[in-house]
Amino acid sequence: MIRPLEHIIIPIGLIAVGGLLGWSFFLAVTGDTGERLAAVALARVPDSGVSNPVTSVLLNFRAYDTLLEFAVLLAALLGIWSLGAADTGFQPAASVLDGMVAGFVPLLILSAGYMLWVGAYAPGGAFQAGALLGSAGVMLALAGHRNAGLPSEGRLRILVALGVFVCAMTGLLLMVAGDGFLTYPPGLAKWLILLIETAATLAIGATLAAAYLGGRPTAHPTSGETT
Amino acid sequence: MTGQVLYAQLLYGGSGILLVLLGLWSFLVHGPLLRKLIAINLMGAGVFHILVAIGYRGIDTPPDPVPHALVLTGIVVAVSATALALAFGKRLDQDDD
Repeated sequence: MIRPLEHIIIPIGLIAVGGLLGWSFFLAVTGDTGERLAAVALARVPDSGVSNPVTSVLLNFRAYDTLLEFAVLLAALLGIWSLGAADTGFQPAASVLDGMVAGFVPLLILSAGYMLWVGAYAPGGAFQAGALLGSAGVMLALAGHRNAGLPSEGRLRILVALGVFVCAMTGLLLMVAGDGFLTYPPGLAKWLILLIETAATLAIGATLAAAYLGGRPTAHPTSGETT
Repeated sequence: MTGQVLYAQLLYGGSGILLVLLGLWSFLVHGPLLRKLIAINLMGAGVFHILVAIGYRGIDTPPDPVPHALVLTGIVVAVSATALALAFGKRLDQDDD
């Protein structure tokens, strides 16, 4: 049976939208490139304190945007927490899975540290490292660790707010010093970026793992842990 | 800009547009929240495809860092928005019982 709305009108409209999108995309990549931001950004990379162009865009040229990014993550987690407590979680895993998790989680944490450091001059950085930390938490949760390896709620609150806090405080202190919000002085740029990225990695990892739990951490964190 | 770069850009960006349209169709047509959520994520993946295609400048030259940074942050926002929507959906199911 053909329903006219679902099978005729919407597809025709979508084909029209697709044609328009395709045409504008074609014009965008074939047309006169003109003054692209890429040239400006790549030219200023040596001044940014890191040599990876993507990291310098994220943490220096568009640092403002990245600060709001951390705030979005925090807001999403607060929304999840406001909806109630987390489920009881999974059963503790059998010994094979438990052994595998015990081997993989330290490796993931180690790779997160490597990702964080290598982001200064190669693909990597705070978001990738945070995603690795978060996946370590998801792995722990799947293996039956009730709180996904996260600390108790009081310390977890500090941890998930760390990215926004450090980034905003760095910006404000730079403002007080007379440089403007998140405008790093040339000599300090590398270390300030590294500081913000470290805090952001911890915050992103903790936020992703806590979001996976799907609710506020429960008051009795140890039940369900393997002893 | 050589023809090969343009070809790769059009292929990748065209697939991105296709993903956006598929996701939009699924979002409009299907009722359940989970299917709408998957559809939105599909649209997001399509947008990331388009942005990566715009940033591509050949295998030897480094890509345009601005759209790449956008994709990186966009992925994190997409993940957290999906988690929030799933939590909302779970809560709605609980209230229905």
